[in-house]
Amino acid sequence: MKAVISVTGRDSMGIIAKVSCACAEYGVNIIDISQTVLSEYFAMIMIVDIDRINVPFGSFVDKMTELGKAQKLEIHTMHEDLFNSMHRI
Amino acid sequence: MLEMNNILETINMIREENLDIRTVTMGISLYDCVSEDADRLCAKVYDKIMRCAEKLVPTACDIEKTYGIPIINKRISVTPVSMIGGDLPEEGYLKLAATLDRAAADLGVNFIGGFGAQVQKGMTVGARRLMEVIPQALAETERVCSSVNVASTKAGINMDAVAMTGRIIKETASLTRDRESIGCAKFVVFANAPEDNPFMAGAFHGVGEPETVINVGVSGPGVVASAIRRAGDCSFSELADLIKKTAFKITRMGQLVACEASRRLGVPFGIVDLSLAPTPAIGDSVAHILEGMGLESVGAPGTTAALALLNDAVKKGGTMASSFVGGLSGAFIPVSEDAGMIDAVARGALTIEKLEAMTAVCSVGLDMIAVPGDTPESTICGIIADEISIGVANTKTTAVRIIPVCGKGVGETVSFGGLLGYAPIIAVNGCSAERFIARGGRIPAPIHSLKN
Repeated sequence: MKAVISVTGRDSMGIIAKVSCACAEYGVNIIDISQTVLSEYFAMIMIVDIDRINVPFGSFVDKMTELGKAQKLEIHTMHEDLFNSMHRI
Repeated sequence: MLEMNNILETINMIREENLDIRTVTMGISLYDCVSEDADRLCAKVYDKIMRCAEKLVPTACDIEKTYGIPIINKRISVTPVSMIGGDLPEEGYLKLAATLDRAAADLGVNFIGGFGAQVQKGMTVGARRLMEVIPQALAETERVCSSVNVASTKAGINMDAVAMTGRIIKETASLTRDRESIGCAKFVVFANAPEDNPFMAGAFHGVGEPETVINVGVSGPGVVASAIRRAGDCSFSELADLIKKTAFKITRMGQLVACEASRRLGVPFGIVDLSLAPTPAIGDSVAHILEGMGLESVGAPGTTAALALLNDAVKKGGTMASSFVGGLSGAFIPVSEDAGMIDAVARGALTIEKLEAMTAVCSVGLDMIAVPGDTPESTICGIIADEISIGVANTKTTAVRIIPVCGKGVGETVSFGGLLGYAPIIAVNGCSAERFIARGGRIPAPIHSLKN
């Protein structure tokens, strides 16, 4: 199973490193990253594999949200089923 | 494989366009709670609701977190209380209302629906006693919602019940006069009431429903409005197609949440209600969809056609997205809960008569309309009778949720707070319906009710 992590906010050094570290800590494997910086505004979407996640998915969502708050970023983590149900018949 | 543009579209719908699940409502049958002793009945009702819905709120919150989609309300609907109360005295029915309120508070749900009766053909002893105490029950409870079905296409209109609901509304307004007559916002008068409606204040658990059930109401006027805005000056056929596609996506989300809630709670999935439900928040208005189609203001000539197009396209798109569709399923046009409707009334573009015409082509009816506090009871009954007739004659659900705000008149504004919003007091036709309403009895069912 996969999940989508979106990260937005003011650009600073080490955003990808911090998010990636958190993913590794909870057994979440990064599959794809799409990232850009527009006028100091950072935007990234990560697709991650959660098959070997070592905490309940809800707790991982909370941890990522907390990380976002600490870094003054908006981090949202959503299960892939939402996107699949909405965009596929 | 997930595609980036799809991901961005969904995230944008949720964050920028107010897409959400409006309500996850658990229906609970109370038939097995019947007892001739009021205290014993109340104890059984409380225990059953607490047992069945124990995990409703935490489960909905967990689903919210998993999918990153807000679930605004978690609610409960129960068997119409008049059917389980039987010949309890009026105090017994008041105890039942207090019990429902306490269960809702203890479970953390914001509304519990079903303190109501179905009286389209006549009143049982229980229905009459319950209706007598509705004003006091609504004044003394916070979360209890009440509805009365006074008509159906099969049975016609029970005008005695219509007269009684007019009195209930006036009394409720008076008993809650210190809170802008807010009790009336928790009371709905129906024709052809659906038995699986997840939305308040009209939700109840119908007679043909299972022991427990999960019904879900989606929202998303902001998503439809944005799609129309982006499409520019396209033709009506393109507009209808665009709305269908958008409604499909919105409803798929509702279907996913409904199935997941059903699985996690071990409760059967009932229906997804396709309604576009607005809130007073900016960017969450059904009126703005209609204005986005090219109307200067909702209420302008063309409004009913625009609403008919919207309602039909939402149903066509949504039906394919869900395995079971039910409830009210259409666009809601409440006044106080929709920023665009509020503005249209304030600028004089939208009248109660135009709202009535609009209800012929959408769900549900005259909803959250604040009228002067001195509006006569018979006039309110007349408004109800008109609206109910539209439902009966067109074999559809219609409803009235009207608030005669004590001490206020046309030009003043009333604020109910939260999702109930605020509204300018709307003018009502001053000619009397008193002699008409005083006739009593039933209006027979229309000829097309004889379908067999």
